[in-house]
Amino acid sequence: MPVTIQVNGVSHALDATPDTPLLWAIRDHVRLTGTKFGCGMAMCGACTVHVDGQPTRSCVTPISAVQGKAITTIEGIESAVAQAIQQAWTELEVPQCGYCQSGQIMSATALLEKNRQPSDADIDAAMAGNICRCATYVRIRSAIKQAAEQLA
Amino acid sequence: MRRIRSNKHQGLVSSRRDFLKLITTAGAGLTLAMNLPLAMAAESTAAAGVDFEPNAFVRIGTDGRVTVLMKHLEMGQGTFTGLATLVAEELDADWSALVAEGAPADASRYNNLLFGTVQGTGGSTAMANSFMQMRTAGATARAMLVAAAAQRWKVPASEIQVSQGILSHSASGKSAGFGELAELAAQQPVPDVQSLRLKDPADFAYIGRSLPRLDRGKTDGSALFTQDVQLEGMLTALVAHPPRFGASVKHYDAAKALASPGVVDVVQIPSGIAVLGHDFWSAKKGRDLLSIDWDESVAFTGSSADMLHKYRTLADQPGAVARADGDAVTALASATTVVEAVFEVPYLAHAAMEPMNAVALVNAAGCEIWNGEQFQTVDQSAVATVLGLKPEQVKINMLLAGGSFGRRANPHSDYVIEAVLIANARQGTPVKLVWTREDDTRAGYYRPMYVHKVRAGLDASGNPVAWEQRIVGQSIGTGTAFEAFIVKDGIDSTSVEGASNLPYQIPNLQVELHSVDNPVPVQWWRSVGHTHTAFSTEIIVDELARAAKQDPVDFRLKLLSQHPRHHAVLKMAAEKANWGAALPAGWGRGVAVHESFNSFVAQVAEVSVQENGSFKVERVVCAVDCGLAINPDIIRTQIEGGIGFGLSAALLSEITLKDGRVAQSNFHDFQVLRINQMPAIEVHIMPSAEAPTGVGEPGTPPIAPAVANALSAATGQRFQRLPLKLNS
Repeated sequence: MPVTIQVNGVSHALDATPDTPLLWAIRDHVRLTGTKFGCGMAMCGACTVHVDGQPTRSCVTPISAVQGKAITTIEGIESAVAQAIQQAWTELEVPQCGYCQSGQIMSATALLEKNRQPSDADIDAAMAGNICRCATYVRIRSAIKQAAEQLA
Repeated sequence: MRRIRSNKHQGLVSSRRDFLKLITTAGAGLTLAMNLPLAMAAESTAAAGVDFEPNAFVRIGTDGRVTVLMKHLEMGQGTFTGLATLVAEELDADWSALVAEGAPADASRYNNLLFGTVQGTGGSTAMANSFMQMRTAGATARAMLVAAAAQRWKVPASEIQVSQGILSHSASGKSAGFGELAELAAQQPVPDVQSLRLKDPADFAYIGRSLPRLDRGKTDGSALFTQDVQLEGMLTALVAHPPRFGASVKHYDAAKALASPGVVDVVQIPSGIAVLGHDFWSAKKGRDLLSIDWDESVAFTGSSADMLHKYRTLADQPGAVARADGDAVTALASATTVVEAVFEVPYLAHAAMEPMNAVALVNAAGCEIWNGEQFQTVDQSAVATVLGLKPEQVKINMLLAGGSFGRRANPHSDYVIEAVLIANARQGTPVKLVWTREDDTRAGYYRPMYVHKVRAGLDASGNPVAWEQRIVGQSIGTGTAFEAFIVKDGIDSTSVEGASNLPYQIPNLQVELHSVDNPVPVQWWRSVGHTHTAFSTEIIVDELARAAKQDPVDFRLKLLSQHPRHHAVLKMAAEKANWGAALPAGWGRGVAVHESFNSFVAQVAEVSVQENGSFKVERVVCAVDCGLAINPDIIRTQIEGGIGFGLSAALLSEITLKDGRVAQSNFHDFQVLRINQMPAIEVHIMPSAEAPTGVGEPGTPPIAPAVANALSAATGQRFQRLPLKLNS
């Protein structure tokens, strides 16, 4: 019995068991690899996607839980907020190794979609679930603020 | 979803273009193919017309694209951008035409000039060893393009100008782009290196500017890491590793695993039992269903607590002498004041965001590997040995690495060998080995645990007269191919670096080492020995200053009069941090200065201590002297990141063993720094005309002692252990 998920506006009937984490469905079945595997237990945020607009750790979300929901990955974000975030990320040269940055951008985009003027505390609260071992945090904070200013 | 079943690609993947084809035929590979970061775009231009390849590092296409072949791994440190800057500078290229492409494993062309005959990235050497080489590569290409223009236009070469990728001759009004002259340039004789004139630094157009990075694709998910490689017919492998170091498989039952959906095969290899599936989740579920009886008769069953006890006992006894100036023992005996401390630092995992992984394909022709490859010729040689191949039959594709911090330069090629042995059992099928975070945390190759015992003495005037330091811990170099270079007369230089070359003017100074033999796998970890020597030495120097009732900055400056670069960065950091200015109640300020990898870094940390006994690092002001600054913004990013990485170890991270088992498994118990713990950081770069040195590692060592010294200033407590904790 295939499970159908909708990723970036496209439906995919998957030959996968219902307990398959959304992360691996996206990566290994839909074959979009921008969403990253970091920990497998929602501790690092590298796998963050949007499910009906909500930032969601795909590594602990079974595909059975997201049938009929709109899943957006880093490859599919295109809102004004997302573009402002990506532009600020590039202008401030946020990424170093880059591996966690899809997740960082998905979390940052979700934050600004809800809160166009986040304080430092708001940024910490929204982004503390996203680990960056290169510690690009100083620039992540600056880039979120720069994107917020651009959108204002 | 489409599962790739055909396996028409039986031959060894022979070129990157074949790799591109493989990827484009693998399901939704179009996305990947369009966005391959390293080389694919350049490859497509290479097909048309004749490229100009004056040397192993530069290729100019007829479309004007300038491809720089990268002998060093891009793992976030900005090396692609830095090396390309050197080429573009001497070539007078248009920066927007530059493309980075990973070089193959070939030490005859791509060795690290500071590593002897080894091709690899580490020790913050990429810029230092490439500075003249890459500039020369660019200058060679430029000279040949100029010769081509002179021939075509029939004008003297000396009258031709080059700027931003355009050659021009003002008298005749002729001009042409690199691409138009590429074919003719390829026919020019390669000039003798002696005839090339590299630019005067005053004429640098790119060096010293913060050019945009070349490792793009990191904001839209298109950058390709090993984890993202998809090849036709590829299987994913997970390995069940032994629960203790030194254990092996006695017996296993794979029936349940093999019956699990999506599992294709189960293979025993020396490091454990591999389960191969069509995808990660199938392989993971299969691995969970394995029944394994481990032989732990010779396994390591030690605990960190016992090891610490043993280390501390050893620290009371004389060790092998790494440095001996004067007579420290006698001087200590006659010192007016003696400070003494025993420092402890734990094992640490590298915990790169991309857990270890590698893709391998083995067939009759040889072996091909896709990897965030940091140690090309070491891995190539190790793989050739285990598979019984010649090194040239092992082809390595260097992909971007999702961090490494040293881990992907494993002197034993551990995870790479694991991948090729699994692939060897399924010849003709590409296999992606994926370690989970738990595998990555528990399989070892840690920064070793160390104990330092330091005794230092002042005379009646408050001048340091004696210093005795004993370091106890495992040797990283022993038993590796690097032993002859790293270990001399029983001293592993990576165990004592930063202490054996202590810069302070102290007449009687002795540094000793006990190298302990434990079967816990250890390896270099961002800044290696400096991770612990900076911690102990810079805390003791602060304690000496306190005992001498002197300001810690002034005290250091006096002792560094013979070391102008240490002196200058310390002065700069103190000035920029407004050292001595009042702080809010409960705050403290601390300083540390340390040289590593020929770069000099001073940091001033400010901490706030809350009533409830918690504390926060609020601000770090840093001064760095890394010689000529090639790309100031990348230097700042590396120092910011190095501080953040060091803060994880200073505040949070610890690997411990209990009865031989690693107690931690994932980011909940091996904690690392998060954004809410990141201080504000200022980085100031010392103007310098010295040859450039590295910045990947030197930002890390000073932060732990700077924070410890700040906490001492705020609380009066002493700190001798990492991660730092306040006494309640």
